[in-house]
Amino acid sequence: MASHDHDNDHAHDHDHEHHVENFWTKYIFSQDHKMIGKQFLITGMFMGIVGVFMSMLFRLQLAWPDQKFAILETFLGKWAPEGQMDPNMYLALVTIHGTIMVFFVLTAGLSGTFSNLLIPLQIGARDMASGFLNMLSYWFFAASSVIMLASLFVETGPASGGWTIYPPLSALPQAMPGSGTGMTLWLVSMTLFIAGSLLGSLNYIVTIINLRTKGMAMTRLPLTIWAFLVTAILGVLSFPVLLSAALLLMFDRMLGTSFYLSDIMVAGELLHNEGGSPVLYEHLFWFLGHPEVYIILLPALGITSEVIATNSRKPIFGYRAMVGSILAIAFLSFIVWGHHMFITGMNPFLGSVFTFTTLLIAIPSAVKAFNYITTLWKGNIQFTPAMLFSIGLVSTFVAGGLTGIILGDSALDINVHDTYFVVAHFHIVMGLSAIFGMFAGVYHWFPKMYRRMMNKGLGYLHFWLTFISAYGVFFPMHFTGLAGLPRRYYSNAEFPIFDELQDINVIISMFAILGGIAQLIFFFNFFYSMWRGPKAPQNPWRSNTLEWTTPVEHIHGNWPGEIPSVHRWPYDYSKPGHDEDFVPQSTPLKEGEVGH
Amino acid sequence: MTGLLMVVVLFLAVFAAAQIMRIYELSAKARQEREYEVTDKDNNTQGRYMLLFGIGLLVSLVWMMMTWGEIMLPKPSSLHGVEIDRLWDISMGLIIFMFFLVQPVLFYFAYKYRGRKDNQATYYEHNNRLEFIWTIVPAIALAVLIIYGLTTWSNVMNPESEEEPMVVELYAQQFKWTARYSGADNTLGFANVRLIGGANTVGVDTTHANSADDFLATEIHLPVGRPVLFKFRSQDVIHSAYMPHFRAQMNCVPGMETHFQFTPTVTTAEIRQDADVQGKVERINAIRQAKGLELYNYDYILLCNKICGSAHYNMQMNIVVETQAEYDAWVKEQKTIAETL
Repeated sequence: MASHDHDNDHAHDHDHEHHVENFWTKYIFSQDHKMIGKQFLITGMFMGIVGVFMSMLFRLQLAWPDQKFAILETFLGKWAPEGQMDPNMYLALVTIHGTIMVFFVLTAGLSGTFSNLLIPLQIGARDMASGFLNMLSYWFFAASSVIMLASLFVETGPASGGWTIYPPLSALPQAMPGSGTGMTLWLVSMTLFIAGSLLGSLNYIVTIINLRTKGMAMTRLPLTIWAFLVTAILGVLSFPVLLSAALLLMFDRMLGTSFYLSDIMVAGELLHNEGGSPVLYEHLFWFLGHPEVYIILLPALGITSEVIATNSRKPIFGYRAMVGSILAIAFLSFIVWGHHMFITGMNPFLGSVFTFTTLLIAIPSAVKAFNYITTLWKGNIQFTPAMLFSIGLVSTFVAGGLTGIILGDSALDINVHDTYFVVAHFHIVMGLSAIFGMFAGVYHWFPKMYRRMMNKGLGYLHFWLTFISAYGVFFPMHFTGLAGLPRRYYSNAEFPIFDELQDINVIISMFAILGGIAQLIFFFNFFYSMWRGPKAPQNPWRSNTLEWTTPVEHIHGNWPGEIPSVHRWPYDYSKPGHDEDFVPQSTPLKEGEVGH
Repeated sequence: MTGLLMVVVLFLAVFAAAQIMRIYELSAKARQEREYEVTDKDNNTQGRYMLLFGIGLLVSLVWMMMTWGEIMLPKPSSLHGVEIDRLWDISMGLIIFMFFLVQPVLFYFAYKYRGRKDNQATYYEHNNRLEFIWTIVPAIALAVLIIYGLTTWSNVMNPESEEEPMVVELYAQQFKWTARYSGADNTLGFANVRLIGGANTVGVDTTHANSADDFLATEIHLPVGRPVLFKFRSQDVIHSAYMPHFRAQMNCVPGMETHFQFTPTVTTAEIRQDADVQGKVERINAIRQAKGLELYNYDYILLCNKICGSAHYNMQMNIVVETQAEYDAWVKEQKTIAETL
């Protein structure tokens, strides 16, 4: 521990201690990174409830298309007369489910929460480089969430062209009701979302580069911070491209331009547009869309690296290879977007290039998976709920990543593109892995956020129900996909060839409902523990990173005295020559000890 | 009223759960335990669950493969489909092998190295040789897959056939397909969405020299063994022409023409005799009979596979593959554009 010399207080610290707070500055317009992190988490969790609930509604439709459910009419009103869902509402539900889960939960909810909470605490900084920008980034996100939710209530229904909102479907209100006001609100909401995300990302990058404490070399950063840094860089480079795609789409919708439209007759009406191309939109969208997958996944992998090392009581295996593979994945993620477009009519030669780059991603991904497993080897594994979710993540990352080898291969993609095989693949590798990483993060850093401990028994129950139902939902989907079942079909009854898939659909839906209900355990545990949980000790998981050297009570500026300086890397677990099986980063090297 | 009652019941349930938690925690406190701390007992239980789950995962996957193997698409009915399926089998074999290698190790390690109070982990930070191996081995495996994949892709997208392919246009609109055959000259007449009107539903330029012998059809008929070049157009939004039995798919994009070529190799009559297909039809008809639905006869189909609006789920067309003689007879019955417009 660095000595805390209170006589030596800097003027800077005084500023923080004398800062007067009221309810508004503390909880609402807070500029403290810890509070902003919690704001992101709570908002993300709320959006998560909406997104998961939607999936349960459309799973009811898919498993029992002929049955009427009163619950559907309760929630969907005129969109489910007498409990029978309208096809347009089905498409709206899958669209908004995808949008909410990808952007609002797994981008803002995951990266927003943990980047904000952990970056200053783990690098040893008083706060983010700009507290004001940080606050702004949350409020842009909050405003975009409100608009997205408001779009659910417009008369023509929310956006329903799929979360990728390909034009012309999304550009033409005549093509489907959801492309009316609902689509406009979707675009406005996403514009604000992107602005907020950029403010956050710039802040993260500047903070990590400039505000590291003494001794915190880049090679001593916890892998969480590496993941957040690279994620932020990905966001800064790719989100503006989505913004431009969205703006051009708005122009096409509102100003009569033809960026994406050409030679169209819709609902009997001939449009004047000429010369545009929907394929242009697809390129712009996926130029964000693919890095986005890693914007979602990398923070989860970072969290997992930290949780697995701490709870195996071992250094993360191959720290440099882990950093290298994050960088390699990030670099490759920018040159693989075309694998979403093999069959769009894109030049087949481009298909070859994208197949080549895409399959290369398997190499750094394999390195990460093997390194996680080797970290477990000869460990002394402590099964906290966070650790269970992290091991779950490694399992889903492997299971979902492997099918990527099929889908990234253009020749094989021809036949499974847009089928349930794809739905299974990306839900497992991106959805489950990221959400497991997020749960691991919440269980692990809850004491840092709320000064109390979550209940372990309920955590175990939550994990097992979630893990079992997750595989129960998505594994069978591979098989329906291989039977040729397309995604985004309201009903399969029009094709007799899919009749024998109905039993599988019922199984999937039952697991989906079980998995959805299991999340109630988590929410109960979360809110109960927030107010009534046992008080947290300073370092409950006996961890090395700097956030556990801060006092349990939150203070502005994080450390009461001087910021501790760092003398070693964060993974000195079970290092020979030390009494304890962990050596915090702030502990100076012993005489003759070889540092990292 | 029931709504209010539900809210009250839900509230009471949460309240009761909170009270139970409280009692549970107080009793833990009385026993001088901290609930959140992981004990050896926890590690034993959770470690065993991990092992059990790992076994369950593998067993259930095997079960699914055995039970649901038969619902998958039958063997391909096109020339290039055989090539795609061969690549598929190799890739699938590899990933299943990796799955069955890596998952058991993960869950076994989780079980084997479950924590004990008197135990200490081994400080082991890296091993360059090991990391080199698991970088280079996947790299080699992927190099093989990439080379094989690119060769296949190039063969599929640029097929070399001695015979000139028959040109057929597939025209997509919300929510139906129309086929336009190029007729005796095997060349499609010019067409554009601006020319649509009256009976001219796909916007054919009737003054164009090549359009006179074109004809429209609501069902695709293909002579077996003859390469067919599909040209795709869309009238309104993006659609995708998905012909799973032929391992063929291509988007239909408004404002541009896309294409895909393949050679059908099995006639509809032949595929209906296939043992796998007959088993499938029997299973499907048992289900349909129980529901009182019309019985089903196996057909090749074209589906829309890109979200295109409310009736996306029912945008389909039958494909009939037949002998040259049967095909010629069918063509004779069709009326050309010159005759209808």
